[in-house]
Amino acid sequence: MNRALNKTSLKQLTGLIQRFQSTLVVAEHNNEKLTPITLNAITAASKLGGEVSCLVAGTDCAKVVEQISKVQGVKKVLVAQHDSYKGFLPEEMTPLILATQKQFSYTHICAGASAFGKNLLPRVAAKLDVAPISDIIEIKSPDTFVRTIYAGNALSTVKCNEPIKIFTVRGTSFEPAEVEGGSASTEDVAASAPSGVSEWLEQSLTKSDRPELTSAKVVVSGGRGLKSGDNFKLLYDLADKLNAAVGASRAAVDAGYVPNDMQVGQTGKIVAPELYIAVGISGAIQHLAGMKDSKTIVAINKDPEAPIFQVADYGLVADLFKAVPEMTEALSK
Amino acid sequence: MSGRVLVGVKRVIDYAVKIRVKPDNSSVVTDGVKHSMNPFCEIAVEEAVKLKEKKLIKEVVAVSCGPQQAQETIRTALAMGADRGIHVEVSGKDYETLGPLQVSKIMAALAKKEDALLVILGKQAIDDDCNQTGQMTAALLDWPQGTFASELGLDGDKIKVVREIDGGLETIKISTPAVITADLRLNTPRYATLPNIMKAKKKKIAKVQPAELGVDLTSRLEVLRVDEPPQRLAGVKVETVDDLVGKLKDSGKV
Ligand SMILES: Cc1cc2nc3c(=O)[nH]c(=O)nc-3n(C[C@H](O)[C@H](O)[C@H](O)COP(=O)(O)OP(=O)(O)OC[C@H]3O[C@@H](n4cnc5c(N)ncnc54)[C@H](O)[C@@H]3O)c2cc1C
Repeated sequence: MNRALNKTSLKQLTGLIQRFQSTLVVAEHNNEKLTPITLNAITAASKLGGEVSCLVAGTDCAKVVEQISKVQGVKKVLVAQHDSYKGFLPEEMTPLILATQKQFSYTHICAGASAFGKNLLPRVAAKLDVAPISDIIEIKSPDTFVRTIYAGNALSTVKCNEPIKIFTVRGTSFEPAEVEGGSASTEDVAASAPSGVSEWLEQSLTKSDRPELTSAKVVVSGGRGLKSGDNFKLLYDLADKLNAAVGASRAAVDAGYVPNDMQVGQTGKIVAPELYIAVGISGAIQHLAGMKDSKTIVAINKDPEAPIFQVADYGLVADLFKAVPEMTEALSK
Repeated sequence: MSGRVLVGVKRVIDYAVKIRVKPDNSSVVTDGVKHSMNPFCEIAVEEAVKLKEKKLIKEVVAVSCGPQQAQETIRTALAMGADRGIHVEVSGKDYETLGPLQVSKIMAALAKKEDALLVILGKQAIDDDCNQTGQMTAALLDWPQGTFASELGLDGDKIKVVREIDGGLETIKISTPAVITADLRLNTPRYATLPNIMKAKKKKIAKVQPAELGVDLTSRLEVLRVDEPPQRLAGVKVETVDDLVGKLKDSGKV
């Protein structure tokens, strides 16, 4: 196609294209399924107004490429399948993203602000000598973003004057993009040469039949007040009645009651469900950072002075060992 | 025993303080507010000191970038067991716009200058909540990164890192030199005892200018304003579980 254009018109065309936004969303997946936060990141990318491409890198991409090609708002899916992307190591993913950037000159590169996105994007940004922006909650314009600082106790509006804007997206602040109706083209991109400085060995994932914490409609969370891991059974029973995910405070994780991936808060997961039920959680600044955008908050705590009551829509001052089984019972009726 | 660990330590508003936004919406109030070492940096220092106690490395160097007060934070690291400190002096306007990109350039330059085997940082600072500096330092050095670490095993020229990820834990093996960022579960930082605080006063803190390291502090990020987050409306107390369930049912929540 390029052959048909003479030099001047090619130049004009490039100039024209450069004025438009183009965004690369780095897709997160497990070689089987797209991770839901990628859909929120695609919505954020669409708000920038330009063309949205997604990069799928992994050891086995076919299924994920099929899913993402149907997502509304995605124009092009770039695919890099190679064994070196096992474990999605940032040392291997970064050269690929840099090569993709060199080829397509995006104005924006983003991903969900998950452990994957937080691990990867700052590395990419440093290589491009630009300052990235973490965990944005709003896009004001293609160069102006809002994010929280100080555990969600202040909102910072940041103007980014970098030639390439690199950011991660808070999943709970953007609706997921529709998974049907899109028809993106796909294109293979060359895998980068393996760097070999890091190696993925194994994973131990917490298995659960309950909904995933960050996207669940209802979350039941327990804190130090539960007193033991065994007692968390009370919360699992309640959660089953509500089809809820189960979360925890740092105190509950540190005490070994539940695994780390259940921690909600400034340094754990950010959730914003329709209903958040905090049980035996005092409501420290760092915990509130992860759940205070929930639509309705319920607190069950025996201490009427607990700070959690200041953000709770419905507060019950009671012994959780009595109240939680009662609530499970009442919901069975 | 060989090798040197560089630990980054940041002075931040203490984690227990309820922060206030300035009336002119330019930033948050820091004057007269209690500051201390960022909790994740304490964990990083503790891990470095433990590696030294296990005789896996020979020296721990604590680095902080900021105005004069950054030295207090370095002293705390020295009292916890770091051997010496480096204070990279950044003040005034440069300090206001100092971010992870600038700090990672400083850390990378120092890591080379000091011939470090490891750079250990906290996974995030509790003020800017960026979670970027470690990853960016690793990128600038072209070193592998072991972020959100909850367990470290140093073995020859390789490190096994157990990382906290969204679904649970994962284990990676990276070669040294490397950058590690500490998660909450990596260890429990020790308290500095009085004798150690006294000893720390004799330890050396070198003062360095960013320009001496060839680092340009120009920032292309501009904070336009800082606002209070929207406040939630006051809720109600319910007397009984039935009352609670009733209210949730009425509002269509369950
Ligand atoms: C750097 C840093 C990062 C942190 N990150 C996070 C984070 O991401 N998430 C997080 O949650 N925390 C985090 N924290 C910890 C946070 O500061 C609090 O220590 C923690 O949230 C407290 O957990 P908790 O509410 O379960 O425990 P506590 O504060 O001990 O509260 C327990 C509550 O249970 C109640 N209770 C006890 N028994 C009963 C009973 N029988 N019936 C009813 N109520 C009962 C008590 O009244 C009390 O209010 C962080 C801290 C730091 C320093």
